[in-house]
Amino acid sequence: MLEIKNLHASAEGTEILHGINLSVGKGEVHAIMGPNGSGKSTLAQVLAGHPGFEVTQGSVTYEGQDLLEMDPEERARAGLFMAFQYPVEIRGITNAYFLRSAVNAIRKTQGLPEYDPIDFLDVLAQKLRTIGWDDSLMSRAVNEGFSGGEKKRNEILQMAVLEPKLAVLDETDSGLDIDALKTVADAVNKLRGPERSMVVVTHYQRLLNYIVPDYVHVLADGRIVRSGGKELALELEDKGYDWLREPAVAR
Amino acid sequence: MTSIETHVKKPYEYGWETDIESDRVPAGLSEDTIRLISAKKGEPEWLLEWRLKAYRHWLTMTEPHWPNVTYGPVDYQAIHYYSAPKQQQAPKSLDEVDPKLLATFEKLGIPLSEQKKLTGVAVDAVFDSVSVATTFKGTLREAGVIFLPFSEAVREHPDLVRQYLGSVVPPTDNFFAALNSAVFTDGSFVFVPKGVRCPMELSTYFRINAAATGQFERTLIVAEEGAYVSYLEGCSAPMRDEHQLHAAVVELVAFDNAQIKYSTVQNWYPGDEEGKGGIYNFVTKRGACRGKNSKISWTQVETGSAITWKYPSCILQGDNSIGEFYSVALTNNRQQADTGTKMIHLGKNTRSTIVSKGISAGKSQNTYRGLVKIMKGAENARNYSQCDSMLIGDQCGAHTFPYIDVRNSTAIMEHEASTSKIGEDQIFYCQARGLSAEDAVSMIVNGFCKEVFRELPMEFAVEAQNLLAINLEGSVG
Repeated sequence: MLEIKNLHASAEGTEILHGINLSVGKGEVHAIMGPNGSGKSTLAQVLAGHPGFEVTQGSVTYEGQDLLEMDPEERARAGLFMAFQYPVEIRGITNAYFLRSAVNAIRKTQGLPEYDPIDFLDVLAQKLRTIGWDDSLMSRAVNEGFSGGEKKRNEILQMAVLEPKLAVLDETDSGLDIDALKTVADAVNKLRGPERSMVVVTHYQRLLNYIVPDYVHVLADGRIVRSGGKELALELEDKGYDWLREPAVAR
Repeated sequence: MTSIETHVKKPYEYGWETDIESDRVPAGLSEDTIRLISAKKGEPEWLLEWRLKAYRHWLTMTEPHWPNVTYGPVDYQAIHYYSAPKQQQAPKSLDEVDPKLLATFEKLGIPLSEQKKLTGVAVDAVFDSVSVATTFKGTLREAGVIFLPFSEAVREHPDLVRQYLGSVVPPTDNFFAALNSAVFTDGSFVFVPKGVRCPMELSTYFRINAAATGQFERTLIVAEEGAYVSYLEGCSAPMRDEHQLHAAVVELVAFDNAQIKYSTVQNWYPGDEEGKGGIYNFVTKRGACRGKNSKISWTQVETGSAITWKYPSCILQGDNSIGEFYSVALTNNRQQADTGTKMIHLGKNTRSTIVSKGISAGKSQNTYRGLVKIMKGAENARNYSQCDSMLIGDQCGAHTFPYIDVRNSTAIMEHEASTSKIGEDQIFYCQARGLSAEDAVSMIVNGFCKEVFRELPMEFAVEAQNLLAINLEGSVG
C-alpha cells in the first residue's frame, strides 16, 4: 500500500526528516508518535505533497506509483487523504459546495459522472448516517468561524465523504476536549475497514485509547527510533519520550 | 517552484476583430467634427448646440490626474470620434442587419436573431459608434417601456431626451463627461412609465471594433413613480497595441417608489502582460433618487481595461431613498483600477450600502476610493461600508481611500475594511482535496466576491464567475 524508504526532507534548507522507513499494508492502522519537533507533521505534509517541503533523498511508493512525482491533487484523486492539523478557512464557499467540487474532481479522474447539487445531497446524507452526524456544518462556509472542535470534526467529515484508501490524520486530537475527542474517534473507527489504511499522527497516547492502532512507531529527531504493537503507546505514556532518544545510555 | 507557478496564461478571449468596412470620420476633434457627427445622426439643432456648448467648456478644462493611476498623455487629436459599420441606413428589421455584425455578437455570446435570442433579456447591441440591433422592441412597447438606441430615442422621443439629458451629470461636470457630451455617439435610452414593472431584463452590449477609435456612449434611464427596471451592460474589444479611450456617461433618474438596478460586467481588453495596449475606461456614472422611497443599486464586476476610473454614485434626494453599490474589481498584470462610489445623502432617513471587493494580482494596482457625504438636512441617514481587498502574489498593490463627510449629527456610519492574501496554504488545502490549483484560486476568489455576485441577475452571475476565473489564469505564483 505505502512504502517509505530512506526519506529525507527539508524546509527552507534545514533537514527535518533524516531517513524514514515505513511500510503500511492494506487496512492497517499505524500510529506515529513523538515529541514536539520530531518531524511527525512534516512526514504527514510530505505525504500529502505540501510545496513547502523538499524531498532530498529516498522514495515513497503508493499502490505501486511514485508518490513523490504526483501533484497534491493527483495524490488526493488517487485516494490519499490528509486530515489537517490546522484546517484552512475559505470564505463564502459552503462546505457542501466545497465537498461536491472535491468529490466531482475525484470522480472525473475515475471516469465517473459528476454529481449535480441535488444528487449530492443524497450522497451526503448517506455518508453522514455512516458516521452518525447531522448536516449542521454543511451550509456554513468552509471552516469559517468554526471552533477548534468543529474544524477537526469537519476534517473527519470530509474523509467520510471522500472515502480515501489511505488516510493520514495529522494531530486530529490536538485542541479537543475529551467529549469532542470521543466523537471524532468514534467516527474514525466507523470509517475503518479492510480496504482503508490509516496513519495516525499524535503527540498523546490519549487518542490511541479510542483509535486502537495495529502498529505504533516513535519518531524522534527525524528518525523512527522504535516500532512495536499498540502496547508501545502505553509504555510511552509511562516513561515519556526521553528514554528512547538515547538508547545507548544504559545504567 | 510550486505547481501553482506553472500555469499557462490564457489569452484574452474576445480579442479578435471583425473585418467590416466602416464609415469613419477623420481623426481629430473640432467643432467641425462635432457638426459632422451630429449631421450623420440627423440630430435636431438643440442637440448640436448642447454638444458645442459642452465642447467649448471642455476646451477650458484640464485632464484630471488625481486618480491613483499613471499613464502617458492622451492625444485627443489622434482619436477617431465616429466609426460605424457601412450598411444601408438604419435597418428596419434584423433581416437587414449585416450578417457579419450578427455573427460578431453571436460569437460574443449575444445572439440577436429571433430564433436564438436570449429569453427574458432584451438586448441593444452597440458596435463602435452605433447601435446595430435591439431585440424585443415590440414586447417592451406593449408594456409601455421605451428601450431604444440613443440616436433613435432622440428622433422618436425628443422631448423626453431633452428633459433628462444632462440632468444628473451636467455637461460641465468633469473633463471626461464634457468630452462625452460633445462627441457621444450612441448608447441606450430607457424610459419606464409610472407603475410599470419592466417585464424583462434590459441589456446593452458594447463592442469596440475599429482601431484608433474612441467609444463615447451615453445611457439614460428614467423610472417614473413606482416603476422598476433591471439593466445590464457588457463590454469587450479586440486586442490592439495602442490604448483606446472609452469615456461613457450613464445617468439614472428614479422618482417616488421607483427602483433601478444597474449591473455592469466590464471586460474591455486589459492590455498584455507588459501593459501594452488596452482600454482606458474613464466613465462617469451617477443616479439620482429624486423621489421618496426610491432606490438605485449599482452592481459592477470590473475585470478588463488597462485603466479603470469610475465611481458609480447615488444622490439620495428623496426621503427614505436608498443607494447601493456592490463592486468586484479585479486587476492582473499591469492593470490599474481606481474605482468606488459616492453616496450623497440629502433627504431624511436615506440609507446607503457600499460593498467593495478588490482583487489584485500580477503587478497591478487596485484602489478603492469612496465618498459618503451626509448633508445638513439628511436627518437619520445611515451608511454601511465594507471594503475588502485580496492580494495574489507579492508584486501587486491594494489601496483604500474612504472619505466621510458628515454634517448632521443624527447620522449613523459603519465602516469595515479587510486585506487578505491568498496563501499557499489555502491553495494546498483545496489541492489536498483533489482540486487543481487553478480551480482552488477561482473558488477562493469567488467565495470572496460572493456578497457582490448574489446581487447580479441570475443569468449573469455565472458569466461573471467564469470571467473572473479566465482573467485570473496565470496570476498565481
